Amino acid sequence: MHWSHFQTLPVLWLVVTLAVFLVASWFNARMGKTPFLHPVLVSLSLIIVVLLATETDYETYMLGGQYIHLLLGPAVVALAIPLYDNLATVKRLLIPLVVGCVSGAIVASVSAIMLGMWFGLSDQLLLTLAPKSVTSPIAIAIAEKIGGFPSLAAGLVLITGAIGCVIAPLVYRLLRIEDESVKGFVLGVGAHAMGTAFAFEYGMVAGAFGGLAMGMTGAFTAFFLPILIPIIGL
Amino acid sequence: MVQGFLILLFCQLLGECLVTWLAVSIPGSVVGMILLLVGLMIYKKVPDGLRSTSEGLLKILPLLLVPAGVGLMRYFGVLSAYWYQLLIILFVSTLVTMLVVAALLRLMSQEKHEEGH
Repeated sequence: MHWSHFQTLPVLWLVVTLAVFLVASWFNARMGKTPFLHPVLVSLSLIIVVLLATETDYETYMLGGQYIHLLLGPAVVALAIPLYDNLATVKRLLIPLVVGCVSGAIVASVSAIMLGMWFGLSDQLLLTLAPKSVTSPIAIAIAEKIGGFPSLAAGLVLITGAIGCVIAPLVYRLLRIEDESVKGFVLGVGAHAMGTAFAFEYGMVAGAFGGLAMGMTGAFTAFFLPILIPIIGL
Repeated sequence: MVQGFLILLFCQLLGECLVTWLAVSIPGSVVGMILLLVGLMIYKKVPDGLRSTSEGLLKILPLLLVPAGVGLMRYFGVLSAYWYQLLIILFVSTLVTMLVVAALLRLMSQEKHEEGH
């Protein structure tokens, strides 16, 4: 069988993606789960190397990759279940939670857009930066909708997550934060799923608040950005 | 399993229809998530099939992000031209966001403690 035919088999890229992801997860666990070697970051780098080495373009890879990508939609819908499970907490702390996630979502996207404007970045790049604090599946969907680059948005989200995990302890020390639920919530708003995973290191309560913050911030940003963008003229 | 998957896809479909019909640029899947949350609040429990399917999907969520992430290979030009601006933006913006949220939450929890006294 010739390589040019083999290359177009969708199942080849499914096998490559799953195998590389398993190796990356194993590697990350060995390295003490550091956010800088997050399995998604490692996987996508390795797969890009494989594609470049075999002169395979992204469209050919997506012949297989699209079947994994397709599951992102129902996975975003499934985020409703952890939100529902924590409904009692949401109701009890409704005002601080809403204030925290709304202000966090607004500061995150407005500050990124303003800094980007100051650096003279293109409009499409600004639209890609806007959802950077939102969990990747929602950020990809937002970037697709508002006219950014979805793949680049996914990459920026991952880098944001890694940065957030590193600076969170600094923020706690600076503002003398000791409450575990506040720690988790701050990580969830600023650093989405990676922050949430990191928050579990502080304890179950911090992790639950991280997940809650991530879901609320993601949903709010999806509704808020389409309103903000025409206001700032993008 | 099938029933759970059907519920998720049906919510997404409803979400997609709603955003198309209302002509808004909100992702259909996010609207689907809100619809499912409202549905669960009315139904007052999570059906077994839906819970197992959802937890399975969320467990492999990082894997689901990989194909989109690989698309970064198409943006090497943008990345090499703007990598340090992008890094500065992400760092400053994330730091400011976390400071603001942490300060606000601390302020509100202090007020609550004072009310309690």
